[in-house]
Amino acid sequence: MAENLSGTVGPEQQFKNFLSEGKFMIQRCKSLNKFFFHPRVAFPGSGERDLEWVEASGNGEVYSSSCNRRLPEKGGDFNLSLITLEEGPRMMARVEGIDPDKVEIGQKVKARISSLNGEPAVIFDIV
Amino acid sequence: MDQNDINRLRGKTAVVGLAESGCGLASGWSAMEIMASAVHDALDDAGIKLKEVDGVFAATAFHSMAAMSLSEYLGVKPKFADGSQIGGSSFLSHILTAAMALDAGLINVAVVAYGSNQKSAGGFKTISEAMPYEAQYQPRMPVTAYALSAKRYMNEFGATREDLANVAVSARDWALLNPRAYTHQDGPLTVNDVLSARPIVDPLGKLDCCLVTDGGAAVVMTRSDRAKDTKNTPIYLLGAAMEHHHRMISEMPDLVKTSAIESGKRAFSMSGYKPNDMSTIQLYDAFTINTLLFLEDLGFCKKGEAKELVKNNNIGPAGNLKVNTNGGGLSCVHPGMYGLFVTLEALRQLRNASGDDVGQRLNGGWIDNAKLSVAHGNGGVLSSQVTNIWGVSDTL
Repeated sequence: MAENLSGTVGPEQQFKNFLSEGKFMIQRCKSLNKFFFHPRVAFPGSGERDLEWVEASGNGEVYSSSCNRRLPEKGGDFNLSLITLEEGPRMMARVEGIDPDKVEIGQKVKARISSLNGEPAVIFDIV
Repeated sequence: MDQNDINRLRGKTAVVGLAESGCGLASGWSAMEIMASAVHDALDDAGIKLKEVDGVFAATAFHSMAAMSLSEYLGVKPKFADGSQIGGSSFLSHILTAAMALDAGLINVAVVAYGSNQKSAGGFKTISEAMPYEAQYQPRMPVTAYALSAKRYMNEFGATREDLANVAVSARDWALLNPRAYTHQDGPLTVNDVLSARPIVDPLGKLDCCLVTDGGAAVVMTRSDRAKDTKNTPIYLLGAAMEHHHRMISEMPDLVKTSAIESGKRAFSMSGYKPNDMSTIQLYDAFTINTLLFLEDLGFCKKGEAKELVKNNNIGPAGNLKVNTNGGGLSCVHPGMYGLFVTLEALRQLRNASGDDVGQRLNGGWIDNAKLSVAHGNGGVLSSQVTNIWGVSDTL
């Protein structure tokens, strides 16, 4: 029941709090034994609410990738990819440590927690 | 309710007036002024007085409550209004809602409208909130989303940037025949022009992306019994359907399959016609990848085969498929949300073929004997998909 939410925080803030603690956590529905992302109050599509947080393996694969062109004085080109996690869900992230236009679909990647603009962020490296 | 109950809307309503306003550059004009000008012109075109309007439908990137703001500006007190905002396809869904409200007897005359001064006001305009779980990575939305789809499409089907470029080349060829098109005087494009244009978000370059212009548009709808007594050729709404599966590109179930598969299937089913029956095909081409995806998802070819379909200028003026005959969002007009312009072109082609004067085109710009048009709208990041099927009276 969620009639009174005071004194608690929602899944989005919980996710961010975990990141601040250095943990990349994703949700799993216990009855369905399925992971999902992004964080929600119930399993998308069928509404189960028996959820738990599980630390992600961090293993993933590039589902698609783009090289976002940006002037050097504004930080230069950067990569933006969609990553399919080993657990099944997909998320947006950057792949770093490689030229931003050299990230290819199907490449194996590994997550680490870094920061973007002062906020903790999940970033991936090519394995 | 089964499909038969929904299909009772088939042919029950029609567009009897249309107009565009301020397309291209309209410095010194507000989005509302452009939108309201289009409404008045569309009513003039229909021969219907403003005081008869009792249904108002609008969405913009400038007004959080566009239907209310437009009604107030016009001095109309609508009995039903809808400002649903599902991105660039909003207007094609407004047309469905207007048809429902007209058929239910809630209203008698509906206007569906859009207006934007984004170009003269400084560039692409959005009132979208930042997407949680995406914004911190600073995607260049909406281009990044379409680039991610294009990259995946190329990988899955062996498509190339040349295949994407073919779409832009054909769109420009249509624009060269259309004096209303923003690039009408710009001359043809080559595949090489598209490939060598400034990269924006790889694999998409500047000429894979739509124009950024000002512009407004409006259509006037009535029930069909009244429509046949107006001064223009009524164009009947034969089918309409919508679906969406995601808001954020990271949540799109499959980057190469849009929910146009579902909206198209239901809209065509309602109309009683098939994709190949369409005289003209108007697709929301905010980016070159869109045209490939929608040709496939609406059933003009199998998944992965659109790259063959668009070769040799087959979707250009001399080709077999009459796609985006105004020049599209790529080469005609794109004031931020393009859905009503897809609709206008679908309707204009049918009215011209029926003998109405809806403007001049160079030879080949109007499709002879056009009787059926599909207008397909896209919104968000390949998110909301809405398909409308339009036909002249003998297709009823």
